[in-house]
Formats: sequence, C-alpha cells, structure tokens
Amino acid sequence: MMKQIAITLGLLGALIPCHAESELRSNGAIKPPPEIRGEEIAVLTDPPNVPPPIARKHPAKVVVKLEVIEKVMRMSDGVDYTFWTFGGCVPGKFIRVRQGDFVEFHLMNHPSSKMPHNIDLHAVTGQGGGAAASFTAPGHSSTFSFRVLNPGLYIYHCAVAPVGMHVANGMYGLIYVEPEEGLPKVDREFYVVQGDFYTKGRNGEQGLQPFDMEKAIDEKPDYVVFNGSVGAAAGDKAMTAKKGETVRVFFGNGGPNLSSSFHVIGEIFDKVYVEGGTKTINQNVQTTLVPPGGSAILEFKCEVPGTLILVDHALTRAFNKGAIGMIKVAGDPEPPTYSGKIEDMVYLPEGGTPQTMPEEGKPLAAAVNTAERIDRGRNVFAANCLACHQAEGQGIPAAFPPLAKSDYLNADVNRAIGAVVHGLTGEITVNGNKFNSVMPAMALNDEDIANVLTFVLNSWDNKGGEVKPGDVAKVRAEKK
Amino acid sequence: MNRPLALLFGSLLAVAPAEEPMARIDGGSYSRPLEKGGQTRQVAAFLLDVRQVTNAEYLAFVIAHPEWRRSRVNRLFADSSYLGHWTGDLELGPLVAPDAPVTNVSWFAARAFLKVEGKRLPTLDEWEFVARADERQVDATGDPEFRKRILAWYSKPAPEVLPATVTMPANIYGVRGLHGLVWEWTSNFAASMTGGESRSDGSPEGALFCGGAAADPNQAVEYADYMRIAFRSSLQGAFCLGGLGFRGAKDAPTPTTPMP
Repeated sequence: MMKQIAITLGLLGALIPCHAESELRSNGAIKPPPEIRGEEIAVLTDPPNVPPPIARKHPAKVVVKLEVIEKVMRMSDGVDYTFWTFGGCVPGKFIRVRQGDFVEFHLMNHPSSKMPHNIDLHAVTGQGGGAAASFTAPGHSSTFSFRVLNPGLYIYHCAVAPVGMHVANGMYGLIYVEPEEGLPKVDREFYVVQGDFYTKGRNGEQGLQPFDMEKAIDEKPDYVVFNGSVGAAAGDKAMTAKKGETVRVFFGNGGPNLSSSFHVIGEIFDKVYVEGGTKTINQNVQTTLVPPGGSAILEFKCEVPGTLILVDHALTRAFNKGAIGMIKVAGDPEPPTYSGKIEDMVYLPEGGTPQTMPEEGKPLAAAVNTAERIDRGRNVFAANCLACHQAEGQGIPAAFPPLAKSDYLNADVNRAIGAVVHGLTGEITVNGNKFNSVMPAMALNDEDIANVLTFVLNSWDNKGGEVKPGDVAKVRAEKK
Repeated sequence: MNRPLALLFGSLLAVAPAEEPMARIDGGSYSRPLEKGGQTRQVAAFLLDVRQVTNAEYLAFVIAHPEWRRSRVNRLFADSSYLGHWTGDLELGPLVAPDAPVTNVSWFAARAFLKVEGKRLPTLDEWEFVARADERQVDATGDPEFRKRILAWYSKPAPEVLPATVTMPANIYGVRGLHGLVWEWTSNFAASMTGGESRSDGSPEGALFCGGAAADPNQAVEYADYMRIAFRSSLQGAFCLGGLGFRGAKDAPTPTTPMP
C-alpha cells in the first residue's frame, strides 16, 4: 500500500514542481519543521577523507543513506578479518551535517549479512540515539528521522547485543554537526579513528583471524590501529599536506575498550576542541586523551616539512600493535624554525638519537672468529635494533622494514653498513613492501657494527657471511 | 508425501541419505543465559528433523501448491525476497544446490510447508534445548571450544552458495546443522521480543541493546545466545532472508508429563 503511494508520487514527480512533491512525500514520514529549507543527499566519505564544509546558512533536510556490509578485509600484511562495516570501510562513512538540520536516516543491512544491525548516533537527541528505530534484519532497511540540536563531533556505532562484539568488529564512525557559525577555514581536513581488535591468533599470525571473545572481555587486543588496519594511514596511504598549510583532524575513538593518548610526533596541536565539543578550545597541546565513544578536533599549522607520525602514545600499541599513521608535509626545509635533520623528528621509545652504546667505557677485545662475532652481535642487536626491527627481525609492517630473509639486506652488504653508520632516509622496497621512514645513524664503534651485522647476516634465513671492522671503517671513510 | 515427489524432478536432485528423518529428543529442563539466575524452562519430549528442509523438497511443495509460488504468493505472507535465490517460479538455477537448505522463506511459508507434512516448527525452547548439544554432550554451552565454533560462524557473512545439510556433523541426538549453516525459524521466534524501545523499560528485551545487555544476564559470556536473540528480534513473519531456513518438529508419540 505504501509502495503504491510511493510509485504514484514518483510518477507525479515528473509532472509537478519539486516543492509540491516533497510536501506530498512528507505526509508518509515526519514533516520537517517550517524553518527547514531545501533537501539534499549527504555526501559520505571513506577515511581519511572528510566531506566539504557546509556553506549554506540555514537548516535543511539531509538524507543519509548508509549500508551495513559484513566483509573480509586486510587487518595487516597476510592477516584478514571479517569486519562489520557502516558503508564498507572502518571507520564507517564520515557524515557531515549542520546544526539544526533535519536528518532522514536510511540504514540498509546487506542481504549477505549474518546479523541484524542498528545505529546509535551520539549526535541524536532521542531514545537510544536511534538504536531501536534502526534495528534492521539482513536484507532489510529502516528509516527514521531526527533533528541535530547540538553541534560537535560525535561517534556513531552499532548497538545490537553483544554490543562489544559489533563494535570490536569495526562498527563505528563519526558524524560532525557543524555549528551554525561554521568552523574557521583550514587547508586540509582528515578523518582518523582509532579502534582495538581481538583476534584468535596473536598479532601477525597469518590467515583469516576470527574474533576472540575472551580477549575482548579481558580487554587485551592484538591490534590497535588507525582507520581499520595496520598501515591504513601510513606509507603510501599517508595523508599529505604542504608546508604552511593548516590541518584539521577529526579524531574519534571507536574502542570498544581502550582510551587513546593521541599524539602527533613532530607537531603541537595549536588548537584542541576538547572532547569534540565546540566551546572549549585548548591551545598548545601535546597529547589529548580520547575515550572510547569520544572524539576531539585537532588543528595545527605545518610550519616545517617532514613526516608527522600519528601515534597512540601508549607506545607499545604504536610500535607493536599497529597504532601508527602519517601525515607527509612537503616543502623546503625551514631552518630558522627547525635546523636539524628531518629524521631527528622521529620519536624513538628508547629516548632519542643517536643511540649510545650500553657498555661504553669497558671495551672488549676484538672478536676472534665469526661465532664470537655472532654471539656479541646478538647483544648489540638487542640493545640497539630490536625495538624497531623486532626480536625475530620481522620488522613492523608499514613502519620498520624486516631484516629477516631480507632481499634488501642480502643484495648489498656495504649498503647495509652504510645504513647503520650514516642512517637511512627515504623510500626503500624490502621483500616487495615499500617503507618510507627514518633510521638514525647509530653511534656504535666499528667493532660493534661488524658484530651486529654479522649476527643479522647469520640469522633468520639471511645469506650468512662476516662483516669485519675494517669493512665498516671503509664505508665510514667513503662518505666522509 | 512430498519427498517422493521431489525425486521426480530430474536426475540432478540428490537422493536423501538413508538415516532416520527425525530424531527423538527426550526433553528435560534447561536455563537460558538471558534469564535471571536459577530459572529453568521445561521441554517436553518431541521429534525434530535431523536436517533442514531442502530446496528440492520446497520445490516439490510449490509445484503442488501454486499459491506458494514466487510469482503468486500473497505479499502479506512473504516479502519480495521470497525464494529470491531461485531463478524462476519452478527453477532453482545453477547456483542453488537441490539438497542445500531452502532459504528466503517466510515464517508463514515454513508453517504452510510443514502443515502439509503433518509437522510444525519447533518452539524456541525446543530449538535452543537441542542446540546446546555438540557431538559428544547434551549440554556443551559451558565449553569454550563449542562457543568459539558457534561464534566463528556467526562472525562470517553468509556464503553465496550454501552446502548440503548432510555435510554438517551430527550432534549427540543425530541432528545436523543447527549451527554453522543457516539460521532457523522457530514457531514463537518473537517470544523474546516486546517491541518498542528496548533499553528503557526493563522488559526482557532490555538485555538486548547496549548498556542493558550488561545489567541482567547471569552468563554474560554467552555471546552466541545474545546473537540469536538479537537476530530473532529483528524478524517479522513475512521476512525472507538469504541465510534463514527451517526444519520440522512433531510432538513425541508417547505422551509425557505435561509442562508445569
């Protein structure tokens, strides 16, 4: 019956002016208040993109169509996961509306879904944020409408039991309700959301990994990531800006469990719209705390070129569970503001560069054979290299290249010596994966460098061989 | 009476395996995680189909009952997805296995099919009672491995081509495919649903959404149970879903103690 009316209206729509049609249509649903003018379809974007600012100066009717899709996607290199998504991406599509808008929301649940889903938008004033109104079986859709009364940046998420599992599978995103007066103009806007994931296999275990309920209940995630997967906002997927531009990051935390100590290495937040609100603006902030189900808007001017690293400053999440993102700022160096090398901007958990020798002051006699070199090299590795390249030389995807079975390493030993002696910056390809980060020059003597490289060459399926202190001295002399 | 008819339709149709078509379930008492501690429910003895109704069997039914064909069905009783995976009124098409469970059938359609066979849908309690069993034990719900297997299936999107029920392992009653293949209709699927808003009024459904889920239940780790209740609550009688099928039940022939 409703369908027949809709079809009739569709036919009429071709014959009569649009205004008349929308008035007729509103008989079937809730009629928007009189101050609502015009109707538009919301522009929805995948991370890290944000829909354009809203230019109009009056509230309008905004139609949002969001499809729930359960799909297998990449969690990390060689690791897949069945994500439950709002719009096919994690976080879900970014929604941007204006304070006072009348939103007609359509939630479609794809027929291939196993589960019913719904949406609780924290921007909604009303029971459950829309949860019961949008509760939708697979292959069905629900419609409800609401008025966005309060401006600010809000999380939305699925609220079907078991809620923790729906959220842990990626069912969250951000809706920004632009204040009537708008926000100051900036050059770039980005969309970043942190989430924690719980997989049956430990971090890095290959294959399709199912959700692990016990780990979720214990709040012990295997992955903590920005924008849904390890490396989703790093390497060749890094966000980009130019020197002198002002960047705004709409940051949210989907959780389900961990709070985020959000920090950008190499920048200071000129402004933080505290807790995603519009009135309290803190200035000159290093790290902002964002709880699950919370958000913050961050602004900073990129005065200096380089690669800004986004981290959860609870650092083992960044270095061992994936919470790393990048904004690459292009432009000429700006020595008056920052004189050092760009790589000096990278944060290392051991506390800065260059690394110092742990056993300084009590030099050992030179190693007498390869076996001794390997043995001593192991200690040098543990003290200086392990944090980035990891215990088994496996590296960290999209951040630090592997030393295990490394084609880059084995192809040219002198180049490897050079990397340790002089540091290494810029894009390289290792075992088919691109890396674009910074290795600092290591303040190690020739003996230690010979030992650690001999250890690495004789470990983890590398080609073997021995590096002598003389080889290191030669490389050191060449560049000088 | 419909099963022999199914065999008439081409050599493509698989022949049903030689096993008892229905398993006898002796019944007993059990408790559900979403109910307050200590409460138990009684289940009387009944018979349950060892597998779901197949596409081939359902095809035979719509041949014999034209009012249940896709093009003729009353939309009050089956929505527009009804038998949507078939290529025609009487054609399964190349992607649909005849011996796979029929899906995209409404609650009304399932009831009509079973009535012809002299059966009925299992009640929610009957279904849940049997669904606690694994291959070795009548009640495996406390077993983390059992729970993981069920959750792993619930986490996956429905496959495009369903396999046959006979490929699923039989539980201790000899019943196959209660977990891991398709969801199933129960006669009173809506029993856990009170309608309207769910987190506000302390109704049974209060356990369903968000914060309410943590307020009451005595076994908060039984995610699988939550998921089934959430799924059933999202249904209406005319809904037809690609991952939702059914099987038949009957009262047990010998009368047992009436329910208290």
